[in-house]
Amino acid sequence: MSTATEPSAATSAARQLGMRVALRGGGSLIAYVALIAGGLVYTFPILYMLRTSLTPVGLLFADPPVIIPWPPYWQNYVEMWNEGLFPQWIRNSLQITSVSVVAETTTSTLVAFGFARTTFRGRDKLFYIVLATMMLPSTVTLIPQYLLYHALGWVNTFLPLIVPRFFGTPFYIFILRQFFLTLPKELDDAAEMDGASRLQIFHRIVVPLSGPAIATVAVFSFMNRWNDFMEPVIYLMTPDKLTLSVGLRWFTGRHGTEYHLLMAGALVMTAPMIVAFFLAQKHFIRGIALTGIKG
Amino acid sequence: MTAVPRSPVAPLADAAESMGQPVARRSRKPFVQRLEGWLFISPWLFGFVFFLAGPYLASMVLAFMRWDMGSTISFVGLRNFEYLFLEDDLFRRSLLNTLYYSVFHVPGVIILGFSVAGLLNLNVRGIAVYRTMFYLPSVTAGVGMAVIWVWLLAPNGIINAVLKLVGIAGPNWLIDQRWAMPGLILMSFWSIGTTMVLFLAGLQGVPQQLYEAVEVDGGGWLARVRHVTVPMMTPYIFLSLVLNVIGSFQVFTSALVMTSGGPDNATLFVLLHIYNNAWGSFRMGYASAMAWTLVVVVLTLTVMQFQIARRWVYYEYRDRA
Repeated sequence: MSTATEPSAATSAARQLGMRVALRGGGSLIAYVALIAGGLVYTFPILYMLRTSLTPVGLLFADPPVIIPWPPYWQNYVEMWNEGLFPQWIRNSLQITSVSVVAETTTSTLVAFGFARTTFRGRDKLFYIVLATMMLPSTVTLIPQYLLYHALGWVNTFLPLIVPRFFGTPFYIFILRQFFLTLPKELDDAAEMDGASRLQIFHRIVVPLSGPAIATVAVFSFMNRWNDFMEPVIYLMTPDKLTLSVGLRWFTGRHGTEYHLLMAGALVMTAPMIVAFFLAQKHFIRGIALTGIKG
Repeated sequence: MTAVPRSPVAPLADAAESMGQPVARRSRKPFVQRLEGWLFISPWLFGFVFFLAGPYLASMVLAFMRWDMGSTISFVGLRNFEYLFLEDDLFRRSLLNTLYYSVFHVPGVIILGFSVAGLLNLNVRGIAVYRTMFYLPSVTAGVGMAVIWVWLLAPNGIINAVLKLVGIAGPNWLIDQRWAMPGLILMSFWSIGTTMVLFLAGLQGVPQQLYEAVEVDGGGWLARVRHVTVPMMTPYIFLSLVLNVIGSFQVFTSALVMTSGGPDNATLFVLLHIYNNAWGSFRMGYASAMAWTLVVVVLTLTVMQFQIARRWVYYEYRDRA
């Protein structure tokens, strides 16, 4: 990297600290402070939720405030567990989410392969349609879909939430297709020369090479399905059928000001997300960046 | 890599080759190939027809009908739209509410996301930790986040407690019809995750030479941002704008969970109004008409943004005189 100017003393010192100097003079210190302060502000809600969930109701509004309740009041979780139908809700969510994730990931991978690695007339035009559907709000289809499921007798079952997942999701199809396009075509051609079918190329060559991309899609899918709210709210009617997201809302309606219990519930809802995020962090951020980059 | 099965005619080709005949190894018949292609995308095709195109068309028809899911369904022409635009005060309110939210949410998220991305672009030690800290709230989006913020925005909650420390008497937020929407907007500033990551990707693509050119001319940090960073980032800013505007018109979960559209319809978003009409009052036809109106509004805004974009978005490949 060529520098046209003599680095100043402050710059050299900062470089020695291992910081790439993007700001002159004392600017770097401001950046550090901003990073730490901003980071704390952004993680605060989650930390505060954790702290409140372990605070007995009597100490919630204590003055002076209790920073960290000690010992942690686990009783809140017991109470929350008994007040709502959390075990059932979690079971429902797990069932729906796991099937959905497998279905979505598998079909999106298959479809993306079709768009990336096969040739047929109208392939690219159809892909533009896939892209276009990503930009359309889902508002318009909600009502007819509901009427369809109602006619099928699927209201208050898990079916409306699971069945559509078996037909690919445009967003994941897009990500996976972009990834497949980066794999060298020579691999395909070599296998083709020996008479391999597309399906064989798919599951013997492309899929094994696509671990990171498929994992990213699976994580995205898990997060979205677990957090899904609008569709479950529309289709699930009786309390025993609710997913955790809808159940938590039901619970909030009944225990609106019992914040210690609400936070316990919120933690149960968000903990799997946070855990999944940490486990898959690398894939996550890369996956999102993949969608925003032009071309 | 495991061996790939060979076609039945491969031995023939081998034999021909060994006799000195040049053999063009043909791939499988083109027709079979094409069929395979169609087979691979068939799940999407099926889903598109039955879960997207079909419902879209049905919705278009429904918008001109009146149906309460009972036995009678009747054609009412433009009556739904007439009511929507001329008589439904709540719709007008919901549209205003949604615009109010959008006008503050979108610029706020973009400025915040841009700034945070700028910070995260520094190669400070442990930058991955900071990245995680800023991204974490977005991971908990949805009902979880909504419930957390019900507590944060409580009249006796932490935000008001902090305000009290600096001498400001905090409002009743979600219970006060003047402060409920500001509360939701404030909450939305914690979900800058995707915007921030988008900008981060963009920032990392800005050529270093441009920054150095500014340094040579004696420009400082501000000059670098003004003359290099922002212009080079305009495509990403544009994409963020479009996506966030579309997103702001689809707010539903937080409104339903935190305020149910209140108090006094202060946080009634359009999508929530549609939901109330469809699953509260079972006015399927009317709700469909409203849904279509929403889509048209969003599309119009998107197209407008694309038109204006030509004036201010700079793409790398365009030549500069």
